[in-house]
Amino acid sequence: MKKSTFQDPFEVIRTEKGHTEMNDQDDPVTMILRHKDVRKTAHNWKTFQSGAEPGRIVVPSEVNIRDIRQIPFEVDPPQHKDYRSIVEPWFKRPREPEYQNKLKSIIDNLIDETISKGEVEVVHDFSLPLQSRALTVLLNTPFEEAETWISWGTHVFRSEDDPLDGSKANILYDYLDKKIAEAKENPVEDLYSVLLNSEFEGRKLTEEEVKGVMVLTFAGGRDTVINMVTNTIAYLADYRESIERLRNEPEIIETAIEELIRYFTPLTQMGRVVTHDSRVCGHNAKKDTRVSLCWASANRDATVFENPNEIILDRKINPHVGFGFGVHNCLGATHARTIMKILLEILVNKVQSMEILDCIENIENLDSIKRKVGFQKLKVRFSKR
Amino acid sequence: MAKINYVTLDNKKITLEGNSGSLMKLAKDNGVKGIDGECGGVCSCATCHVHVNPEHMDKAGEASEFEKDLLELNDHSNEYSRLCCQIQISDDLDGIELKVAERD
Ligand code: HEM
Ligand code: FES
Repeated sequence: MKKSTFQDPFEVIRTEKGHTEMNDQDDPVTMILRHKDVRKTAHNWKTFQSGAEPGRIVVPSEVNIRDIRQIPFEVDPPQHKDYRSIVEPWFKRPREPEYQNKLKSIIDNLIDETISKGEVEVVHDFSLPLQSRALTVLLNTPFEEAETWISWGTHVFRSEDDPLDGSKANILYDYLDKKIAEAKENPVEDLYSVLLNSEFEGRKLTEEEVKGVMVLTFAGGRDTVINMVTNTIAYLADYRESIERLRNEPEIIETAIEELIRYFTPLTQMGRVVTHDSRVCGHNAKKDTRVSLCWASANRDATVFENPNEIILDRKINPHVGFGFGVHNCLGATHARTIMKILLEILVNKVQSMEILDCIENIENLDSIKRKVGFQKLKVRFSKR
Repeated sequence: MAKINYVTLDNKKITLEGNSGSLMKLAKDNGVKGIDGECGGVCSCATCHVHVNPEHMDKAGEASEFEKDLLELNDHSNEYSRLCCQIQISDDLDGIELKVAERD
């Protein structure tokens, strides 16, 4: 089996039953597995809410390790919309040529450096710096800040083996407190300052709210982007002909990105709390229990995707839910897609082939099910064109 | 060559000419406000949702099941809704009017 093959661990249970139980710190989750049910449940925010106790809709639950509410992620309509409209214009900046030029130079330099090294460990020495440096453009903070974020390593916000160990998140919280205080003292044109100056329902955002937005920007866009970039490198290394194809047919790059997002689905699932007794896919969802929207399973649903376990770079109809669905759809999607586009464009033009020398898979433990989400290590040799 | 009329949410009318490609792409390339085409036209994002002028529905043609399924879960969709990334430009579309739909 090729290293970039990510099997679908949900296939049997999705087809036969449509949902499965996952135990999680005595607050079990019913994972919803079919594409149609996932979209319907995501759409029905009244019955399946995000604005529960902070941390509860995350799987594994973060209730015991954080009190701060992430915004707009853990807020329901109508407030959700008020928060979301504050941040939305800022997160659409990746469409601007100036923004893209900054990303291009970051990615171009990184690829040159990587080619000259020849062999690199992609997760730590390519994807992490790429993600961190690109984040400075999104936040409009000095480029040097990326060095601090890189030094945190990949597992900053949560301890890998113990979901109840919150101590690691303090690095981020302390850092954000400091940055918010600085922006308050001396406002500049970065996201901290813009948020501090924003109005919500006729008043300024509180520092707690600003922090709630920033935490999410750091946490939500970290592992997801790192896995997306790393897995894409693994795929291109395994399928050399696709490098040439993307070089010769740049017009399929956009559909290719959507397909890679569908196939790899960097965020496996997200939970919701049931507000009143109801039913999903034959499951009795009891009030105050949890369900989860399993994006990873929905994205392999054979009733929607032909040959779901194959990467088809020019898949034309691709109603994937890799960036979520409904009101909470990914705020960082424009940034993530822009990174991917620039990465693919530059990579296929500078690299002839890549070879995977060694790797350690990153396997997510979903109780009875195990899912590969990426790599802990991926050692690759880059050969220039 | 077909003339396509887009009406934005603030009621501005923009007329564009196109030969090929999708109605989403034409709008996006020309910066029509409210047509973002985030997913590049693969029927995933619904950021290309428009309401076709009722009199022009036959020009636009029939939506696929995939498109209908996505529109069904959209709070601003009605019988004139289309995802304009799913409509390819041809001479038959000449004169069609599309109103940008509100976003969920
Ligand atoms: C390939 C990369 C990414 C993937 C696959 C991804 C996936 C997702 C998914 C599935 C959701 C929906 C969660 C839900 O329904 O509860 C989501 C929401 C969100 N994502 Fe992303 N994400 C990515 C990158 C990013 C980046 C780069 C950022 C920001 C820096 C970001 C920020 C957010 C935020 C703020 C939300 C919550 C939006 C809301 O509740 O209105 N994401 N993301
Ligand atoms: S552009 Fe995404 S659905 Fe039309």
